[in-house]
This record gives sequence, structure tokens and C-alpha cells, in this order.
Amino acid sequence: MKRSQRDDVIVIGAGTAGLTAAIRLAEAGASVRVVARGIGSTHLAPGTIDVLGYAPGGEARVPVRSPAAAVAQLAADRPDHPYALVGAEVVAEAVAWLREAAANGPLPGYRYAGELERNLMLPTAVGALKPSALVPETFAAGDAAELGRVCVIGIAALRDFYPQLCAANLRAAGIDAHAASIELVLERADASMLGLARRFDDATWRASFCALLAPLVRAADHVGLPATLGLSDPHAVLSELERRLGRRVFEIPSLPPSVPGMRLYEILRQRLRAAGGRIALGASIVSHQRQGERIASVDAATAGSETTYSADAFVLASGGFHSGAIALDSHWVTRELVLGLPLQGLPAASEPRFVAAYGAEQPLARVGVAVDRELRATGAANVVVAGASLPGAVPWHEGSGEGIALASGYRAAQVVAAELGAGIGAAA
Amino acid sequence: MTRLAEHELLRGSLDHCVKCTICETACPVSNVTSLFPGPKYAGPQSERYRIADEPTVDASVDYCSGCGICSQVCPQGVKIAELNAQARDQLKRQHGVPLRDRVITRPTWLGRAGTPAAAVANWSLGFRPARILAEKALGVHRDAPAPRFAGRRFSRWARTHTSPAAARRVVYFHGCGTEYYEPWEGERVVAVLEHNGYEVVVPKQDCCGLPLQSSGLFDAARKTVLRLARALAPYVADEHTIIVGNATSCTLMLKREAREILELDDDPDLRRVSERTYDVCELLLEQHARGELRTDFAPLHETVAYHAPCQQQGHWIGKPALELLALIPGLEVRELNARCCGIAGTYGLKAEKYEIAMAVGSDLFAQVSASGAATVACDSETCRWQITHGTQLPSVHPIDYLYRAYGLE
Repeated sequence: MKRSQRDDVIVIGAGTAGLTAAIRLAEAGASVRVVARGIGSTHLAPGTIDVLGYAPGGEARVPVRSPAAAVAQLAADRPDHPYALVGAEVVAEAVAWLREAAANGPLPGYRYAGELERNLMLPTAVGALKPSALVPETFAAGDAAELGRVCVIGIAALRDFYPQLCAANLRAAGIDAHAASIELVLERADASMLGLARRFDDATWRASFCALLAPLVRAADHVGLPATLGLSDPHAVLSELERRLGRRVFEIPSLPPSVPGMRLYEILRQRLRAAGGRIALGASIVSHQRQGERIASVDAATAGSETTYSADAFVLASGGFHSGAIALDSHWVTRELVLGLPLQGLPAASEPRFVAAYGAEQPLARVGVAVDRELRATGAANVVVAGASLPGAVPWHEGSGEGIALASGYRAAQVVAAELGAGIGAAA
Repeated sequence: MTRLAEHELLRGSLDHCVKCTICETACPVSNVTSLFPGPKYAGPQSERYRIADEPTVDASVDYCSGCGICSQVCPQGVKIAELNAQARDQLKRQHGVPLRDRVITRPTWLGRAGTPAAAVANWSLGFRPARILAEKALGVHRDAPAPRFAGRRFSRWARTHTSPAAARRVVYFHGCGTEYYEPWEGERVVAVLEHNGYEVVVPKQDCCGLPLQSSGLFDAARKTVLRLARALAPYVADEHTIIVGNATSCTLMLKREAREILELDDDPDLRRVSERTYDVCELLLEQHARGELRTDFAPLHETVAYHAPCQQQGHWIGKPALELLALIPGLEVRELNARCCGIAGTYGLKAEKYEIAMAVGSDLFAQVSASGAATVACDSETCRWQITHGTQLPSVHPIDYLYRAYGLE
């Protein structure tokens, strides 16, 4: 016996792409349910929106200066790239939308800074400079173009951030950087990024932290801290630190869990809630029912027995290889596991599936669910694909993962809304 | 499948752990105390060092409250909470079970003893010296929320109540909370179901064994849940009758936890019962999706805060109560955004864990106060008692609002 539910749209996946599509559709009046096995990419990525850091194809790794221009160029050069399908205009709309969503979100005063005309170059945990188009305001002062003397602060118990390494590599990039560490008495021998962020939420703890920090940063104009400046009110934490220290302060992302990513999840999740969208986490999609060229319903492995979710349209935003939604098995067969949809970008049977060279583009790197120009899955006309499920991109080379997720999620909602048309809200 | 094979299958899910730490961001306990190092550490990492019949090297897993949120948010499907529950059972086998854990995990004993002597029992539960004595002698914290015996049993009412014959029949699994402490909740559930065209059957039934399981007494938990499964299974021998419950942690026990954690997936009675069991709000929302739920609601002009208990979230169906409450005109519903109230069944009653439970719940209590709501709706009775303990506000099952809006009072 199966349980059942019915909505206008089922969104599969709770990462940036899925949540963006769900919010846009819910705000358009559709009844929307996000069904996901767990929390998605937000908690693992730095929380920045990297639209395009490196143009594909070039020999040297020269960072893109203007993502706006480079996205338009990429869309023209590579018709199979997600940005070509989505279009440069939609990328710009989606970025503007996210900026608005953050500014009106649950974290008071917390905004996203940056623009599509110029990438910011921000220090990573190892002191490399990474191009990002849109960043949390807590990152903005780290832009290499503006950096004066930098003091990178570590916390002795924090196992996931080494300020000396970060500062040394920044120096190698021509930035006047030095490192300092703070000894904190903590309950545990080690501390995580998350544990520290919860401390920063506490005003008393924050004040004593500033007192310890102040003498260390006298010689600096800018202070870089691991990205731990609070979960509930990061704008207030940043303002207070800058006021107490009299210096610009910025966050540097490190290993997961990503505190700025958790803030982004909270912004999106609460926006979805406010729009009347729902989320069911925990259950995997295990089967589906077809009606000709359409998917009629999907079955999720909920507790006790499966639940059949019927909908007029589906957004597939379940991710690619790294989320487990696309898999290469030991027989070298590659499959999309959620809906069994055909893939695109697969090497020919005689070609290698893997090359043994570190950093080289892998033959399977551009594999994704086969789609048409409107992101509709081949063979499933009412399934629109978004995010890392899409073929044609190598996000970790291009520095484009969040940009693709955001823009394709936004575009997927447009396609679905147009299809539902007058039917929106019928199942509400 | 043998129990060992089931265990190995559960353990096999560890291979999917990529150490992404998403579970750590969601764990209510490790975020307030260093006594529990977190689900990833206690689960996928420590499990590699747990070898059958060898002593457990780390006892911190006993501080896991068993709320199950880690498994819910894991993007890779790792059975973190389930493995930690099994590790706690092993720990208890090696280190022994305190008398307290043998007592407070048996709601049937307590209920049968307390009900006829409700006045005395309730008085002593509120009597400070008695509570201090219970803390010293048993390790039940003196301030822990203790429900009051109703002095009557739901099943007595059910025996005298005749549900009108209807085309659809449901079997009502009321759980121990309804039976001994809140019989009126059961009467309201029956009224709402009957109003929606169900004939409600109330079989003779007993505890689901969840308290035993969550304290790591697996042998007793298995006996208890199988006894319940044997009692309910004959009622769902046909192809369509379903079981519905309002105690969301107990319905989850029947649906999933007993099968996975206690490794009883092979039991045909339990499987049948599990597949047919619904949370009451899940059932009514499904009926609504088919356009068959009655919506003759009178407006309720009030504000209610809603908290979805962790165990309700473990059904993996979202928050059906929230969708039902949204149907009632006039009712302002404030969805709370905190993870856990802290009690986790019997966890917060234990003297050494009470402070942790209150620290876990503090975020929720603060949100309740800020919400301006006069009552808190919540699907689990132990969570409701904890919320009332932490906020001094009444807390009721979401079904109460439907009951009132339908004019069934």
C-alpha cells in the first residue's frame, strides 16, 4: 500500500538550484513540494555565488574579470553549456534576485555584495585567490584589489584553518600578509567552524574575543578570520568587530560545515516557507510512474511504505556525481539514478572513462541529464533539469557551480510556470 | 534476512559517509554539550572501532538523544542514528542497565500503577521531597517534566463508545500517552476521524517499545513491539484497512524504527502493520489531497505556535500538521524554527541529561515566547510536556485545532 500526495510541482533536491526553483514557483502561485534525501550543497560550498571564475578552453588559468561579459561569450562559444541554455540575461536576473532575497531574508542587515561586471578575488583557506561574483558582505573586505596590510587570524583549537599557510600564500601573491593565532579556552580540545560560529552568536563571548584580538592586529589594515562570524546575526557580528578593532574584517571560508553556506540555506528555506512551499527531507526517490512521454508521479521511500507524489511538473535538481544522483558503476556504465533519464556528454564506448592525470578534465566531467534548449529532460517532457544535474559544464574548473545552480533553478521555474500557465494553483 | 545480515546492511551505509559534516550542523545535542561529540564522530567514525564481543572504547554514544535528525539531513542516506542506537544497546549490555532505565521505559507498568491511585501519584510527582528522593534513589531529575495521570484510561472510554458504521474503517493506535495521561486527545482524534467519514476501531493494545529501545534495552523492546504487532496485524489482514496514531514517535516506531534499529524487518506481522500505519495528520492531509477532507471549519481567531518534533520529522513526509492547520480560517500559525525540545522521550528525565535537554530546548522555548502564541501545537506528547515545562504555556496535539474548528466540542 502506498501513501499519496498531490501538488502542482515536485522539486527533487534541496540545494541552491532546487530551492531557487521551488521559491520562484511558489511565489508564482504554484503548490510546490521539495522532496530530498537530505540537505544539499549549501552546507558544503563557501556560500559565495561564483558565476564564472575561469573561461573554459583557455590554456592558462587566467581569472575572468567580468563574469557578465565572459558568460555572454561562453554562451556564444559553447551552445551545450548550461549558461548557453539559460542565457546571460537570466543569469543577471537570477543574481539580482538572490541579492534581493538575502537583503529581505531572515538575517537582519545581511546582504550579498559584488556585481556581475567584476569578479572579486577572495582569499581561500590556503591563501589562494578565488574569483567570485556575488559574496556575503562578511567576505567583501577580503577582495585582493582593496587589501592593504592583512593579518590572518587563526584559533589554536580550530583544526580546519591554518593562518600561517594562508598568509604565506597571500604573500606569494604579492599581498602584505602575516598570521597570528589566538589561544582560546574551549570545553573541547578541538573546535569546528560551526562550534565557533555559535560562540560568535553570543555577545559576551564576542566582546572577550575582540579584547584578545585587538593587540594582535595593530599593524594591520585588514583582518581575515575563518568564516565563523555567527549564524543568527552575522551583520551585527561583522559591524561590532570592525567597530571594536577599527579595521576592516573579512571571513575566509574553510572546510565544511560552511557557516556562510548554512546562512544561505536559511535565507532560501525561510523564503520558501514564506511563499507557502513545503520541504520533505529524508526520503529518496526510488521509482516513478510514466504516462507516455511524461512522468506522472514519483515514489519516495518514506517511513513504513512509499509515498507517491503526483504532480503536473517535476524539477530535477538532485545533483551530479558527487551527490550520488549520477553514478558510474563497476561495469563502466553511467546512470542517472533518480528517474533513470538518458544522459548526455558520455564518452563513446571505445573511449576511456577516466584519465590518470591530476587536475586534467575527466572524460565524464561534462556528463549530465540530456536536455533540450528549455532544460526539459529528453524523454520526459514535464521534467525540467537544474543545477549540477545539467550536462556541459565543469564547475570545479570554471568556478561556476553556484552560478549555474542559481541561474538554472531560476530558469527552470520560468519554464515550469509557463507550462502550468492557468493551471498554477489548481492542486493547492 | 538474518539479524546479522540486517545489521551488516545498516553498517554498509557507512561506506556512503563522505564526512561532509551536514549531520553535525543539525545535531541538537552536540551543539550544546561537549559530552556528546556529534553524530559523525559517534557514528560513522566510531563504528569502525566497534567489534562484536569486544569492549566499547567510547561511552559517549549514550549521550546521543536518539532524535534521528542526523539521518534525516544526511544527503548520502547513512543510517547514523540507527547505528548509534545499536551501539548504545551494546554499551548497555557491557556496562549494565540502571534500575531507572528499566522503570521509566515501561509506560504500561507506570500507567497501570498510577491510574487507580492518580490523586496520590500526581501529588507525589509534584511533591518536592518525593522528587528529590526519586532523583537520589533512581536518577530521575527532580525538575524533569512529569505528566499527570488522568485517573481514567482511554481504552475504557473506547469500549463504551460506538463508532458509527461507515464505508471506510481505520484502526486507532492510541499509544500510552493517550491511554494513561491524555485520554481526551484520543477522544478528539476519534471525533475528527468520524467527522471525516471513518469508522474507528480501537483494538486492545499496549506499548510500542520505543522507550526501551531508546534506552538501549533491545531484547525487551523487541518483545514489546512484536506483541503490539501481533495485536494489530489481524485488523489489517485485508487489503485496505489502515492504522492511524496520534503519538508520532510511536507511529514512527511501528513504521520504521523497529524494523531498522531492532532489525525486525523480517517479521511479517510487523511489516504489515508498519506499511499500514499513518500519522493522523499524514492521513488527513492525504485525504485532503484527494479532495475528500471535510473543510467545514469555523474560524478560530487565535495564534498558535507549531513545533514539528524530531520523531515526526523522521517519517520523512515534511510537516503535514502545518498544512492542516493552514486550512483553518482565522488561525494564525507560527512555525517554529528550532530543531528539538530536548526531551527525546525519556532522555531529558534522566538526572545526568536533564540540563542538556533543557539547553537543547532553550532555543525553542525562546522562539515560543517571541511568537506571541498562547498555545503550542506539537505532535508528540513527551515534547508537549517538555514545551510546557520550558515555557509555562499549554501545548496540545494539532488535531485539537481541527476538533474545535469542526465544532466537535
